[in-house]
Amino acid sequence: MSDRPLIAVVVFPGSNDDRDAAWALGSVGAESAFVWHEETSLPEEAAAVVLPGGFSYGDYLRTGAIASVAPVMDAVRAFAREGGPVLGICNGFQVLCEARLLPGVLRPNRQLEFVCRDAALRVEAVDSPFLRRCVVGQELVIPVKHGEGAWYADEGTFVQLAARGQIVLRYTEDVNGALGNVAGVVNEAGNVMGLMPHPEHAVDPLLGSADGGLLLAALVDAAAAHRLAAAQIETRASRARTARAL
Amino acid sequence: MKATVLVRPKEGILDPEGDAVRQSLRKLGFEVATARVGRVIDLEVGGDDVAAARSEIERMCGELLANPLIESFEIRLEER
Repeated sequence: MSDRPLIAVVVFPGSNDDRDAAWALGSVGAESAFVWHEETSLPEEAAAVVLPGGFSYGDYLRTGAIASVAPVMDAVRAFAREGGPVLGICNGFQVLCEARLLPGVLRPNRQLEFVCRDAALRVEAVDSPFLRRCVVGQELVIPVKHGEGAWYADEGTFVQLAARGQIVLRYTEDVNGALGNVAGVVNEAGNVMGLMPHPEHAVDPLLGSADGGLLLAALVDAAAAHRLAAAQIETRASRARTARAL
Repeated sequence: MKATVLVRPKEGILDPEGDAVRQSLRKLGFEVATARVGRVIDLEVGGDDVAAARSEIERMCGELLANPLIESFEIRLEER
């Protein structure tokens, strides 16, 4: 087994940031493996999953809707249920919302224009593993590029999410009409995160910012921890089997 | 059996596409107070049991055709 945890990058027809994600994950210490949407399982050694940006299935029906029922999503759902870290970026965030692994939904930008620029984000909560390398109040600069990035949830859900620290990133200004300027959320357990900005495009100061690397490196930390936990469970199970055999 | 599913942005949900359509209609000189843009999905499903078809299509709407957070749906069945 390599020292570097393996991260599965799911590829849907129309994904286009899968290679950037794999490259960026490599730059922060992970190996990655592409997993085609028709696969019904993830690689056995996969210690985290990334759903990359793009326009899966041509954004038919609603962004992320068709991908949310792709064969691979059952495996992703099972992986998340076991506590495995799952990160959805842009279209990946839309897919996770449509799959109901994350709260809310991404709607067309209020200005009906594609936005493509650096966005300033404020870190709102750091309880989930993805934010472990950040502090509350920290400002990150990470580019956005989307036409359907206006996150929405009903008021009650929104208030509850904020109280539980599930709203993890907000834009410092109105970028797309998102409720509460929300840019990223996590699930209740904290092991599934989605965000519209692209951390994989911000891992080198030469390209304007390396702030995305903080999120991706934290994902790699979470992957390593998940791999270790899975190995310990396997060791205990194997000891129990041996004990029974004796 | 033929069925038509009408998916609409829920009442109270901002519909920027509808707004853009309304503005363009006004530019053309039409008096339009509101415009909302939804989606029409025509289906052909097996069986003759209308009630069964309706409940099946309701499930389709819940699982894929509409997102209940932001969209409402209406099912119209065309009996032969």
